Amino acid sequence: MKPSMRKLGAAIIVMLVALMANLTYIQVVKAVDYRHDPNNRRTVLEEYSRARGQITASGGVVLAQSNPSKDQYRYQRVYPGGAMYANLTGYYSLRYGPTGLERLQNDLLAGNDPQLFVEQLSDLITGRDPQGGNVQLTIVPAVQKAAYDGLSAKGYVGAVVAINPSTGAILAMASTPSYDPNPLASHSEDVQRKAYNKLVEASPSPILDRTIGAVYPPGSTFKLVVTAAALQHGFTPQSQVPGAPTITLPDTGGATLSNYDKEACAGRGGAPVTLTQALAYSCNTAYATVAMDIGAAALKQQAAAFGITGENSSIDGFPVAASRTGTMETASGATDLGALAQSGIGQRDVALTPLEDAVVAATIANGGKRMQPYLIEKTTRPDLSVIEQAAPVALGQAIPATVADEIRTMMVASENATPGSGRIAGITIASKTGTAEHGTDPKNTPPHAWYVAFAPADHPKVAVAVFVANGGDRGLNATGATVAAPIGRDVIAAALAGLS
Amino acid sequence: MTGSPGSSSGNGGPAGSATGSANASSAAPLNGRVRRRTGRGAELGLLIFAAIIVTAALMIVELNQHQALKIELLYYGGGYLAVFAIAHVVVRALAPYADPLMLPLVALLNGLGLVMIYRLDLAEAVKHANATPQAPLQLLWTAVSLVLFLVTLLVIRDHTSLQSYPYTLAFAGLLFLAMPAALPRSLSEVNGAKIWIRIPGLLSVQPSEFAKITLIVFAAAFLVSKRGVLSTAGPRFLGLTLPRIRDLGPLVALLAVSLAVLVLGNDLGPALLIFGVLLAMVYLATGRVSWLIIGLLAFAGGAVVAYQLVPHLRVRVDIWMHPFADPQGAGYQLVQSLFGLGTGGIFGTGLGAGRPDIVPYASTDFITAALGEELGLVGLTAIIVCFMILVGRGMRAALAARDNFGSLLAAGLSFSIGLQVFVIIGGVTGLIPLTGLTTPFVSYGGSSLLANYIILALLLRISDSTRRPPVKRTGPRRTGTLAQAHTEILSRSAK
Repeated sequence: MKPSMRKLGAAIIVMLVALMANLTYIQVVKAVDYRHDPNNRRTVLEEYSRARGQITASGGVVLAQSNPSKDQYRYQRVYPGGAMYANLTGYYSLRYGPTGLERLQNDLLAGNDPQLFVEQLSDLITGRDPQGGNVQLTIVPAVQKAAYDGLSAKGYVGAVVAINPSTGAILAMASTPSYDPNPLASHSEDVQRKAYNKLVEASPSPILDRTIGAVYPPGSTFKLVVTAAALQHGFTPQSQVPGAPTITLPDTGGATLSNYDKEACAGRGGAPVTLTQALAYSCNTAYATVAMDIGAAALKQQAAAFGITGENSSIDGFPVAASRTGTMETASGATDLGALAQSGIGQRDVALTPLEDAVVAATIANGGKRMQPYLIEKTTRPDLSVIEQAAPVALGQAIPATVADEIRTMMVASENATPGSGRIAGITIASKTGTAEHGTDPKNTPPHAWYVAFAPADHPKVAVAVFVANGGDRGLNATGATVAAPIGRDVIAAALAGLS
Repeated sequence: MTGSPGSSSGNGGPAGSATGSANASSAAPLNGRVRRRTGRGAELGLLIFAAIIVTAALMIVELNQHQALKIELLYYGGGYLAVFAIAHVVVRALAPYADPLMLPLVALLNGLGLVMIYRLDLAEAVKHANATPQAPLQLLWTAVSLVLFLVTLLVIRDHTSLQSYPYTLAFAGLLFLAMPAALPRSLSEVNGAKIWIRIPGLLSVQPSEFAKITLIVFAAAFLVSKRGVLSTAGPRFLGLTLPRIRDLGPLVALLAVSLAVLVLGNDLGPALLIFGVLLAMVYLATGRVSWLIIGLLAFAGGAVVAYQLVPHLRVRVDIWMHPFADPQGAGYQLVQSLFGLGTGGIFGTGLGAGRPDIVPYASTDFITAALGEELGLVGLTAIIVCFMILVGRGMRAALAARDNFGSLLAAGLSFSIGLQVFVIIGGVTGLIPLTGLTTPFVSYGGSSLLANYIILALLLRISDSTRRPPVKRTGPRRTGTLAQAHTEILSRSAK
């Protein structure tokens, strides 16, 4: 029995050594692969237990920070700004991963960014826990609050973007409905799960950032783009344009296009009006005619100069949906005049993000020079020394300065013709409203309400776009003037109050 | 063989038994009385060493999880040492010449298992407020196991007594094993395996753990009684002496019934284990390779048939071949186990600083993955080496045993531990397809712990008998049925 017993003993040793060899392969050779596999949650968990950097608004107001906690994760991520900033901060969820800036700036916030190399090295040597860098935004809390409160007070589904026209710095970027990111960063998986399920099931979706995540027909606010093209193609603010309540569109077999409520333009009984009047009273028949006059190519070229290119873009890593004009062509490639006329009043296939509409206003306010919008003012190390400071980037002259001045004057006239509350004493606003039909049954679907503006008109400090989906609280009777304009004026007032 | 400190008490070297008895006879006249070093002092020292390691491990868990140390930890460590000190006293009284390494090794493995289970409890408590902690239960089971360990040593004063009623034992084991099949699902099924006897609200028993022991005891007794016939008779074919099936009839029948019960109950791990151990014992008893080949062919055939018939097994094999094909679904457990081991790397994350709780069933089947993540390759290798020494000491007792039955029993029990470690760690690390088994002494589970402590008691009993000096009682008492054993010892020492 003994020889076979020794052989069996040897067999056991061989089996156990095979285990060790296999373990060596797993824990040494394959270790790096396994450690960095995207399905391996352990790396995420390790990051989760770090002193993550802060996200702050302008002036150092904290939007996200990690507070020491007494449990195994050691830090609890909190969002003092709550729902007001959720579209920007996102959340840092263990179970569902990070979103928003928590995701886009994760390397910096978690301390993994190569720009923090010196800190990483000293942490390694001293054995100190790694600390993350900080992100400071251009967002001004008072402006963001005016924007968010303006939308959420009445339960609107909508978006507000406010931009500093001379730099492109975004002062406010609010989207409603929103959500509280705090429970999603909870250390309790149950709390996370409940919050997440509520979030994904909610309708309209609180996850969608309506400032940049979707495009909507801009309606009459698009007339600013048409005006810019027209003023470079033979029109002046005083040019006479048709004032009829209704026109018949060519090439459509008799379809008609009417002014709002089928009224004659500017109360002049259908007589021709000036382009200024047509913009101020937002006359559709006039602008449809102007668009057909200048042609699809000129209109598309002007739109592209403002940034309406039909292509996706991004700001500081946030993806921005493609604002577009549509082709305005028939199947054979010729200009579709009916489509062109409708596009001239911001309908048909024209669709903009609220951010893009704010950029149009800001570009006009900035003498025609389009600035790249940006959200991150600076990034700093744990000791608050600056890693990167944002510098304004000009994207070219979308319109000549003289044209910008002319549109500015026309927009002041438009603001003066616009009813609605919220006027600011001593401040001249230049604006344009929009009331855009949409949906499969446009006449019976509450329209989207728009308001784009900048102020003070002569030396603009803020440009704003307000978008309220589906008529806000006014249903089919909603207009840009009644629903969107009061919010826009409040945002302007908040911005100017903060600057003075 | 193992080069451990404890071997100084014996003689070391593979030829232990022969030289050992020579030493004993030479030592007797020197001292004027029959006395030999028992190794109990070394055992106590090693137990204290194990207690220090386990207490340190517990402290590291606390430091990493709570950033603080409580004085209670020292009490826990002291309590653990006290419990094993009692076991030590029991061994000193009941099996004074037993191997001094086995108990400390088991204490260390059991202690590390307890620390890891406690550590996993902490992780579960964070995830689910109402999670049931497993560590207190495992602690209770450890205490019960040690009582059973004591009872086994007390009742079985001489392992050869087990030889007297092999069939009774075998049938009792088989009956116990088959009980879950007869019980309704509510009383027998846990996680899809119908292999339990559940007393709701009180406890669950896994009969296969105990049936394994009775089957090994039966096999040892049966094979020893049939040894002569098995190793000589039989037709020859292609140079191999084929066995006569009727010689092995009862064993084959018993094995077939056991395997059928286990496979139908969806419990492939114990089936594989029992088959492997019994096959190895047949090989040991006969020394004939033909048995091994026939057994392995039968295994291959059975595996192919099972692969076709048991969907559960097919899934296991698919996961083993392509673990990353469905990392979030079927392959999740194995993939997370590999990730844990990889993340742990060479030195591990440190106890309490990893995320072993991500792997489902981390405290039972996958406890070695948890240990590998937090203790690293170094720590897990040390644990495997502990098992290697434990099995090695068991095989050493088997080689040194004075009777064939004891020898075969010790070898079978030792091999069962070694094979179980290979099957479960191999499964957890993707070396072989995963079949559910516990890691002996380490995994959470009362049945497994109880059964393994019985195995330990039997091994200590046999090893005690090998080194016990041949005092007066050996001559006159060893008569009757053991006459055959005497002739065996004589023939062996003549070599």
